[in-house]
Amino acid sequence: MSARLFVPRDAGALAVGAEAVARALAAGLRERGQDAEIVRTGSRGLYWLEPMVEVETPEGRIAYGPVGAENVPGLLDAGLLEGGAHALRLGRPEALPFLARQTRLTFSRCGIVDPRSLDEYRAHGGYRGLERALSLAPAEIVDQVIRSGLRGRGGAGFPTGIKWQTVLRAEGAPKYVVCNADEGDSGTFADRMIMEGDPFLLIEGMTIAALATGASVGFVYTRSEYPHAIETMNAAIATARAAGLLGATIQGSALSFDMAVRPGAGSYVCGEETALLDSLEGKRGMVRARPPLPAHRGLFGKPTVMNNLLSFAAVPTILADGADAYAAIGMGRSRGTMPIQLAGNIRHAGLFETGFGMTLGELVHDIGGGTATGRPVRAVQAGGPLGAYFPPSLFDTPFDYEALAAQDGLLGHGGLVVFDDTVDMAKQARFAMEFCAFESCGKCTPCRIGSVRGMEVIDRIVAGERTSENLVLLRDLCDTMRLGSLCALGGLTPLPVMSALTHFPEDFSTARRAAA
Amino acid sequence: MPATTTWQDERASEIIAAHGAPEGGALPVLQALQAEFGFIPPEAVLAVAQALNLTRAEVHGVLTFYHDLRTEPPGRHILKLCRAEACQSMGAEALARHTLGRAAVEWGGTTPDGALTVEPVFCLGLCACAPSAMLDGEPVARLNPGRLDALLDGLA
Repeated sequence: MSARLFVPRDAGALAVGAEAVARALAAGLRERGQDAEIVRTGSRGLYWLEPMVEVETPEGRIAYGPVGAENVPGLLDAGLLEGGAHALRLGRPEALPFLARQTRLTFSRCGIVDPRSLDEYRAHGGYRGLERALSLAPAEIVDQVIRSGLRGRGGAGFPTGIKWQTVLRAEGAPKYVVCNADEGDSGTFADRMIMEGDPFLLIEGMTIAALATGASVGFVYTRSEYPHAIETMNAAIATARAAGLLGATIQGSALSFDMAVRPGAGSYVCGEETALLDSLEGKRGMVRARPPLPAHRGLFGKPTVMNNLLSFAAVPTILADGADAYAAIGMGRSRGTMPIQLAGNIRHAGLFETGFGMTLGELVHDIGGGTATGRPVRAVQAGGPLGAYFPPSLFDTPFDYEALAAQDGLLGHGGLVVFDDTVDMAKQARFAMEFCAFESCGKCTPCRIGSVRGMEVIDRIVAGERTSENLVLLRDLCDTMRLGSLCALGGLTPLPVMSALTHFPEDFSTARRAAA
Repeated sequence: MPATTTWQDERASEIIAAHGAPEGGALPVLQALQAEFGFIPPEAVLAVAQALNLTRAEVHGVLTFYHDLRTEPPGRHILKLCRAEACQSMGAEALARHTLGRAAVEWGGTTPDGALTVEPVFCLGLCACAPSAMLDGEPVARLNPGRLDALLDGLA
């Protein structure tokens, strides 16, 4: 049997040269007359080590990284195919502390398998969840999801099983399954990694949702900024259809379910569920007032199960291994695992899946290794552009829906963006307002007008114009946006603004700014 | 990359016919037109509206809502530079100043020789290798002014 090499085709790995590495490996093997198969995988999520190349040996896989194309001849000379010694040799990837400390359920296959191979998906435990689901009644599947304690991984944290129950009981046909893969939060990339690294997992999760609710048509709404994810997802859907895992009958059962990928067009607000539905209907992505809930009247006015990609991706594991096993992990009302994304100015940037409950400090320092620049950490933004900035004095806050909310923050889609001590927090607060203005759908006044007024007020504060009065005005404006906006864009933009103001007031003071 | 940046009425009609389904709305049709031509001239609004039985206002509304959709032809190369928080934390703002300065354009602008369009983007999902960009559809990350200069110098 020829040797097997593994090189990621994840967009993050490609962005730092993985394609050139794969080409150099192929050329080097040819020159040396060596025989090896180069398997293209997703990413393991250890991005500071990308491009990370692995080789299969009798002792398991051995990893090397970060590998540049210029390192390839030396690696081959050092006996890469046998896992030979080299300065870039990392040893067994599973033994690296960053991976060893994780609880990988959703990401158990990502970076390991060929994402386009249905056989590999099955060989690594895929489709066990659907098999179990096919032996259950819809209400029993829903019950499993409720008992697992799974909550929406998109940010709102609503119990997934309750949502499914509402759609199961709703009247109307057809029913739809919509996956929100419009992963627009800066600092998040977990959806992209699954679509590029383990797309059958999403197909399986959405198929189980269809079975549980009586839906027949599914859509994955994702970002135009993710062309590689779209391509891999489309290839996997075609493969699943050819294998009878999507289509008129699934595995010979009475279930008929098919799905398609729909790319967005660069709008952040389309990640909001009702705006997403309008966009999926080909319209402007305008937020809808609720009620009616999408579960009752969603896509084209029909009952619609809409969940975040990570929620659907958690379901196959829950069905395969049981709700209780999933619920046994986590803390408080946050059950199971969360794929946490460590991003920005952090040494060990990447994906860290773990049970809820680690503190921000553990994640940033113990796991993340502090800043990439080596300077002191000044702030961490948790939960994307609508999430709060946390100072190091709050790093004992556990990563959990309720604990973050208790500090006027949010968990969001699980992103943590680290900033060093060169950050200007007044500028970050202004950016939050600017981003809201840029992305507002324009339907409600607090968001559309408030965000622009917010930028102006922050500019005045920073310029030292009637600072104390303008600070009162800014707080009042934030209250109006929080309480009066139709959706989370206008409603949560005050979180980054107010957290910057509360925890870093010195950055808003003219005297301090003049001195800096 | 678009196949061409020259608008052709006949080809446009074919695309509208192929992608236009009344229940699908205007967005997929406009996306298909842009994939072909790189932009959507305002004249196209009427043809799309007629094909989908929508008003011109509805199609114009969709065309102007989405940041991706362009009404002017772009340059031969398109650089989408990330401006979001994770990239900010790793120097995206300085990188943007450098790039816009080098090209002597504002955000969304095209160099006078038609070689390069520089557009802002808010997150490419490459936040663990910040700062990042997309050059002609290919992701590039761990950028700094020198590395971006080398990429831009290498363009035809």
